[in-house]
Amino acid sequence: MSEAFEVKDCALIAISTGEYAQTLREMRDKVQSAPSSAIYYHFWGGLLRPTFDDPEFQNDFAIWASHSLHDKTLAERLALIDPSDFVDLEDLRREVVETIEIRLDESERLSLITADHRFYFVRSQIIVIDTQRTVKTPKELARIVPGLSAGSIFYHYIDARRRPPYNKDDFSTWISSFGPDFQELVEHISEVDPYFTNLVELREELTGVFAKFFRPKRGKL
Amino acid sequence: MNRLDQYIPIVGQDVIDQLKQLASYLKGIKVVHVNSTREGGGVAEILSWLIPLKQELGIDASWEVITGTPQFYQCTKYMHNALQGQQFEIRESLLKEYERINAINAETLRSKLEEADLVHIHDPQPAAMIQSCPNRRGKWIWRCHIDVSRPYRPVWKYLRERVQLYDASIWSLSEFAQPLPHPLYLIAPSIDPLSPKNIDLDDDELNRTYGKFGLDPRRPIITQVSRFDRFKDPQGVIRAYRFVKAFLPIQLVLAGGGASDDPEGEEVLAQVRAIAGDDQDIHIIVLPADAHREINALQRISDIVIQKSTREGFGLTVTEAMWKGKPVIGGDTGGIRLQVVNHHTGFLVNSPEGAALRIRYLLKHRDRLEEIGAKARQFVLENFLITRHLREYLTLMLAVLSGNQDRIEEPRIA
Repeated sequence: MSEAFEVKDCALIAISTGEYAQTLREMRDKVQSAPSSAIYYHFWGGLLRPTFDDPEFQNDFAIWASHSLHDKTLAERLALIDPSDFVDLEDLRREVVETIEIRLDESERLSLITADHRFYFVRSQIIVIDTQRTVKTPKELARIVPGLSAGSIFYHYIDARRRPPYNKDDFSTWISSFGPDFQELVEHISEVDPYFTNLVELREELTGVFAKFFRPKRGKL
Repeated sequence: MNRLDQYIPIVGQDVIDQLKQLASYLKGIKVVHVNSTREGGGVAEILSWLIPLKQELGIDASWEVITGTPQFYQCTKYMHNALQGQQFEIRESLLKEYERINAINAETLRSKLEEADLVHIHDPQPAAMIQSCPNRRGKWIWRCHIDVSRPYRPVWKYLRERVQLYDASIWSLSEFAQPLPHPLYLIAPSIDPLSPKNIDLDDDELNRTYGKFGLDPRRPIITQVSRFDRFKDPQGVIRAYRFVKAFLPIQLVLAGGGASDDPEGEEVLAQVRAIAGDDQDIHIIVLPADAHREINALQRISDIVIQKSTREGFGLTVTEAMWKGKPVIGGDTGGIRLQVVNHHTGFLVNSPEGAALRIRYLLKHRDRLEEIGAKARQFVLENFLITRHLREYLTLMLAVLSGNQDRIEEPRIA
């Protein structure tokens, strides 16, 4: 029998590193030396802090390249970096640095430009707490998902990818242990894209996936 | 119903449950907040809701206010201005008074401060008390509510010698944070949707407000609510009004009160009155610090709210106006930038001419005015209500008391 699913919650707090960049070369150098928690924050932190929907760019590096450096090409390339593809934050960091270096090689002009606004590096501290709630079956889980906090969704669906078994969310990992009857549900949960959304929408999307799976099936006419 | 549960219809059950769970690790912790005024200004407002909510969550929280002399407040006002960038040397005698008053207040509060698990000191006024408390056993956190992005360096250097003694500091925006040898936490302020300043008002009360302040309900009202302070640029607001007045029959409201720790207010108010002259459509309304419902009503009957500050810590009046569904035309500075998302929740401007242009645009395009106002309210709902603020305070308390790791699983308070 599968173990119960323990519902956790988390809260993120932002901490300034005191570092900033105002040119693209500075940005490359500072990305190289920033703490890994800053790389995490600038890709994922937008989900847990005040931001206004930017339909184009999902991470802080891309937003800065677009709005402060006014280099759309770099912004588009940085925006295409999907952090859920990178289990190791060091690989994610390397990808950002390489993307910037390629752009610097392409455009000498870019290395001379001073951005309108500085990019301030921020790292995060994450507190994980046990809610003391457990569920024993996927159906029970389906019932509680709509009422989970944004922090719980973040912990189980996004943060989970950095924990073993890497690059998987907690919901589908746990439901997998219930055998092939739930395979379809596992697949649909895994297919939800966590990046181009916010946590409330993500919760609604997951609620929909669970609801669809557990909806009473109509018999054939 | 307890106070926290009253927020459930606004923010949802899940948000309140999370606060209770975070606080369950902090039950019985002794927390003392210290600032320099009980009424007037954003800091006092934040503390007036934060303390009861912390208490309701089982935290032993208290709020202490320091007392000072006129010279002390003169010094801290100069300090405040210098930290916001004004080049001004503070006389040695005033700095000595600052240190003396801090030492006296530390003596008065000594047992509370030394017993506390966490001490939050707000802004520069009480910041030097830490030097007089060598036997402190808890963690001390300095909360800076000011825009210190480009301080006048000699004054910052003086203050830095004191605030570097703290275990952590809190800043409203990353732009404001100055390097210090401890963690620099970032927490944006917030508003309380159930406070008299933000709670829904009925139409009767709003209708009475027109008559009370001599306003014409048939003509557009543009309002700036703030203390009479040079950095709030009330003169620039009057210039913007005059640019628009040439085209549209608008009315301008400049409403504000004084904070008891701001000695310059009277002087600025006199200047503003002189500039306004005998224009019957400029309404300079001086209100007592507790006139929250009046401020609320004035914001609600306005068509557009302005906050044309040239320096701003965060700008809670911007948040308040947005919560009431008003588009805000704000100075492109400090925390206003975090709230006013150009063309989405309002407009950022750099001059009276820019403010005038945006006022005319919004009054001409009423559909855009409504659309921007609705987006502004939603933005505040998701980001700037006290429940988010309280969550970050609780998270910070857990982080500071549990150690400084990037990741804290199941916090254990020493």
